[in-house]
Amino acid sequence: MKSFEYVRPTTVREAVAAASEPGSAYLAAGSNLLDLMKGGVVAPDRLVDITHLTGLDRIETLANGSVRIGALVRNAELAHDAHFASHFPAVAEALLSGATAQLRNAATVGGNLLQRTRCGYFYDAASACNKRVAGAGCDARGGDNRLHAVLGWSENCIATHPSDFCVPLVAFDTVVEVEGRAGKRDIPLDQLHCLPADAPERDTVLERGDMIVAIRLPAAADRFAPHSRYLKVRERTSYAFAVVSAAAALRLDAGRILEARVALGGVALKPWRAREAELLLAGNQADAALFHRAATAALVDAKPSGDNGFKIELARRIIVRALSLAASGTPARVAALPASAFASGVTHHV
Amino acid sequence: MSLTKTLVINGLKRTIVLDDPRVTLLDLLRERLDLPGTKKGCDRGQCGACTVLVNGRRINSCLTLAASLDNAEILTIEGVAQGEQLHPVQDAFIACDGLQCGYCTPGQIMSAIGLIQEAQAGDDAERVREGMSGNLCRCGAYQGITQAVLDAQKVMRASKQQEVV
Amino acid sequence: MSESPPTSPMPHIRHGSNIGQPLTRRDGILKVTGAARYAADNHPNGLAYAVLALSSIARGRVAFLDVQAAKSHPGVVEVITPANRPALAEDPDAKTNPFMFKLDLLQSDRVRYANQPIAVVVAETLEAATEGAALLAPKYEVEDPIVALDAGESFVPPSVGVGNPSEIYKGDVAKKLAAAANRLDVTYETPPQYHNPMEPHAIVAAWDGDMLSIDTPSQALAMAQGRLAGLFGISPDNIHIRSPFLGGGFGSKGFISGPQVLGVIAARMVGRPVKLVLRREQMFGPVGHRAPTRQTIRMGTDAQGKLTAIAHHTRTQSSTFDDFFEPASDASHTLYASPAISTSHDAVRVDTGTPLFMRAPGEATGSIALESAIDEMANACGMDPLTFRLANYADVEPISGKPFSSKALRECYTRGAERFGWAGRPLRTGQMRDRDGLLVGWGMGTATFPALMFQANAKATLRRDGQGMMEIGAHDMGQGAWTALAQIAADALALDMEAIAFRSGTSDLPDAGIAGGSAHTATAGMAIHNAGAAVIAALADLATSDAKSPLFGAGNGGVIARGGCLYARNDESRNESFADILSRAGRDEISAQGQSAADPSAQETYAMHSHGAVFAEVKVDPDLGQIRTTRVVGAFAAGRIINPRMVESQLLGGMIWGVSFALHEQAHMDRRSGRIINANLGEYYIPVNADVPSVEAITVEEVDSHVNALGIKGVGEIGITGTAGAIANAVWHATGIRVRKFPITLDQLITG
Repeated sequence: MKSFEYVRPTTVREAVAAASEPGSAYLAAGSNLLDLMKGGVVAPDRLVDITHLTGLDRIETLANGSVRIGALVRNAELAHDAHFASHFPAVAEALLSGATAQLRNAATVGGNLLQRTRCGYFYDAASACNKRVAGAGCDARGGDNRLHAVLGWSENCIATHPSDFCVPLVAFDTVVEVEGRAGKRDIPLDQLHCLPADAPERDTVLERGDMIVAIRLPAAADRFAPHSRYLKVRERTSYAFAVVSAAAALRLDAGRILEARVALGGVALKPWRAREAELLLAGNQADAALFHRAATAALVDAKPSGDNGFKIELARRIIVRALSLAASGTPARVAALPASAFASGVTHHV
Repeated sequence: MSLTKTLVINGLKRTIVLDDPRVTLLDLLRERLDLPGTKKGCDRGQCGACTVLVNGRRINSCLTLAASLDNAEILTIEGVAQGEQLHPVQDAFIACDGLQCGYCTPGQIMSAIGLIQEAQAGDDAERVREGMSGNLCRCGAYQGITQAVLDAQKVMRASKQQEVV
Repeated sequence: MSESPPTSPMPHIRHGSNIGQPLTRRDGILKVTGAARYAADNHPNGLAYAVLALSSIARGRVAFLDVQAAKSHPGVVEVITPANRPALAEDPDAKTNPFMFKLDLLQSDRVRYANQPIAVVVAETLEAATEGAALLAPKYEVEDPIVALDAGESFVPPSVGVGNPSEIYKGDVAKKLAAAANRLDVTYETPPQYHNPMEPHAIVAAWDGDMLSIDTPSQALAMAQGRLAGLFGISPDNIHIRSPFLGGGFGSKGFISGPQVLGVIAARMVGRPVKLVLRREQMFGPVGHRAPTRQTIRMGTDAQGKLTAIAHHTRTQSSTFDDFFEPASDASHTLYASPAISTSHDAVRVDTGTPLFMRAPGEATGSIALESAIDEMANACGMDPLTFRLANYADVEPISGKPFSSKALRECYTRGAERFGWAGRPLRTGQMRDRDGLLVGWGMGTATFPALMFQANAKATLRRDGQGMMEIGAHDMGQGAWTALAQIAADALALDMEAIAFRSGTSDLPDAGIAGGSAHTATAGMAIHNAGAAVIAALADLATSDAKSPLFGAGNGGVIARGGCLYARNDESRNESFADILSRAGRDEISAQGQSAADPSAQETYAMHSHGAVFAEVKVDPDLGQIRTTRVVGAFAAGRIINPRMVESQLLGGMIWGVSFALHEQAHMDRRSGRIINANLGEYYIPVNADVPSVEAITVEEVDSHVNALGIKGVGEIGITGTAGAIANAVWHATGIRVRKFPITLDQLITG
């Protein structure tokens, strides 16, 4: 690991100033950053340690009913916050299906949003990767790409965003509060992450010095609580990134869908909101045929970026399943195996 | 550049002068504080062998920058037993043979103690398995590990009730 | 003085003899308190840290290393490259016996596989050495690597495994296949796998003149000592290796590896103790792996479902510069009766590190293919897989015609099937669902592993204070040698466990051979047994020839030892304690050596194998394809069980390796670069706790008077065999999809 300057600001303003210097990176838990630094994937000159800043570790309900979560709230704290989990059960389920208890105890909300792709070629410093080095090329194309993107990818990058947490968050119109050199601003989560297009080196729209200080879940989101689920297909029963995942949330009235939210994980370089599916679902009777139509609509633009055509079919199927699970109701408690196909009590037939 | 920090490690307050900000908590313990009980299996947060408790929470010490810690209370495997008296989790690991080569064992035990404190799993073996899935064991001692966590939890609960009575 | 043995303050409860008792691990307290000292836990004064720089190309040469940049990093002490590496007494590419593997010790700038060591950086701190290695920023002359099973010319290796013939024929397979009522012709693929013990290879080495002191994990101390002695041109007696605990080995620590030797070179070069520990990603290359295979199995049966022919061919690969050929086809030698059997291997040479023994080498790889094929054949015959296996039960070893020294496999089938609840399994696929709608499948496999014996020595001592000591340089990599061998030692010395000291795990003790081939307990155990018998005989000599002893004249054979006393066999009132005998003889102690080796005449006469039957249940999501092994039951017959608790753990661990083989682990190699893209524990999947909710191992009693005097067969590897196939067969039974490319992943079910 390259030597770096370690600075510890005492206010957000100081932190932003420090991190505005070129070559700086924010250090929260470091769960992803240190991993990347050890692998030689990133090599910042300066770490701006924000873990000691006060006021960023709160979960609060604002006057307008939206829920604001400080960027330094730990993943586990949020998932186990009883009030939060009862209002946003799919978010809690997603959090608990990610990584391990140890990592969830350390990793922060802000850090989760900003975690980098798990593409093996991004991590392998000897491979060509446009995300790591602009213009270097993409060795994932034509390489080992069974788990790569099927939506929103470009010839320059076929990586995926690895977060579970972000998938239900994007479905619920989460807003990201950012503080930067020019002051505070809000960014809808759906607009935080960049698709690769021609500039895959850019993960997010954040500018130098920008710091995520909180996220907000709008008040309207908790109306989905009785019918919202997160489901994640992976290659181990636990402790594996999603092959494909889905968040599905419904507002139902006597079997009729008033409003639907659907998002996919593991399919693109950002958490993928499936608005076409949502539109198709709204106003209709919740049944299997409708769910299939919605799933088809969600994947209409999907195409394989390598040996991963199966992910398109898998994504359709997981949407259908997640919708049917959501329709049958949120369980009282997150299952022993969160978001798993093997969580008992899950009915598999719609 | 050197940083001076105070950490409470296994109940002992220690002042640490850190001459290199790159040092992780794991390497601090193993290479600089003569506490090699905590193991390095991957150094990337992927195996759990380095699990310790920081302020009561289990974390991967390999992904924790020592420089970032201040006045933190750290519990490592060396601080779990009270003298000759093993912790119930340690006893249970031996009784259930929840170990073979023993290399992942310190991390498993710290993780188990963390899991029990989190109080999310209860007596549900499936929740224990899920909760212990951040600790790889290549020897495959998982059956014994799960049983040890369940057994130790019962013992700890019983002794707590006794104290209350 | 060697490593002091681990002691347990907890008294052990004994019921009669020590052998057969389920004692808890004697090293348990050390391991649960963090006090067990593994190699990398050592920190001698003046320690420097060495970090390897590894090649990122698979073929070519290193054209440039920025040694200046590395050296100018604060704290860096030395950079070792081919340009300045001190001369060695022996060419690292020399190979004088099949157990000698070529090592990459910076002998040239040539690169022959990805992750080959190309330099060593030594520094005052681990952080400085790590960054120093990164700063070398090598430049290469790159050549296109050859990495696939189809690449290059194939050839028939002169032997596979350790000296096994690469082709064996019995009967006329072609004729029998042509005449068969039912036929099968299928091809299976197994991936490259990496041992990945939780403890990465590590060494702490210190020179004092020509004396070399080492802490490093080793499955074969004497061989490591000999190899180092040859490389450094010093006497093996000058080398002291401590390896009290291995954090897993699985074959990868059987021979001292290049990186470990580089730690010794670094220590010599800087004149200080040096610690070198591989990073996890560095474990994928220079310390061995299990080579991939493509196996074609052809089978035929008669109309009644009796096998008439088995042909098992394996294509595998070795490195471009050394030989190890995974003997996968040999799995078809021992399990199923057939009048015609042929097994064959061919291979290609590729730009990877040399493959090596990895837990059940050949047996595991061959077993998953053979057990899948047997299942497919049973299905083709319309028979239940257990019925089919019983119909083809081998009463003599099929390939050799030799009788088995013992074989309780029928009982394994019965007990395993009963415990699992196999009866009532629907013949057709896709018939079972759980209450959540998940597909349920049941599959089975037969397990087998040869009962091997190597050579070992042990030294036994009885002392005047009534205590005994057994010394042997044995290896505990998790199998429980500290406990099981001490149990054998206590019985051999006719003393309680508490009355013996068991010294082990260092190279200055008698050579215990190699902890491999599931043969360590048998091999080291027999040396201990014989050493104990020899010292008791010597003591009996003292007593029976001393007129003052109550045993005078009893004759050597007329005396038995029990509980620290000798008794006249025909009159137990005549007895004397060990202590009294030594006291009167004016001796502080009496010692004797014991040796062990396989009995060649028994080996000539008998086929010797452990056996087992494994039954597995998987659940598969019908839409999403995700698979979980929900239940595994194995019943094993492996001769005498020394410590049932430790044996159960070994079997369970092996079975979990079987789960991993079938469903999880594989190295993904980029064919263009020859680099492994998932060289980490986050994406090189091995099972986590939640992957194996229920695994159960039953041992079936088996008495074998031919394998060795103790009747021990070994249990370290057999658990993988049978299990991997059972799971593959269960996946087929659940889904109707026969996946022949392992591991079975959900994409193969989605598109299947």
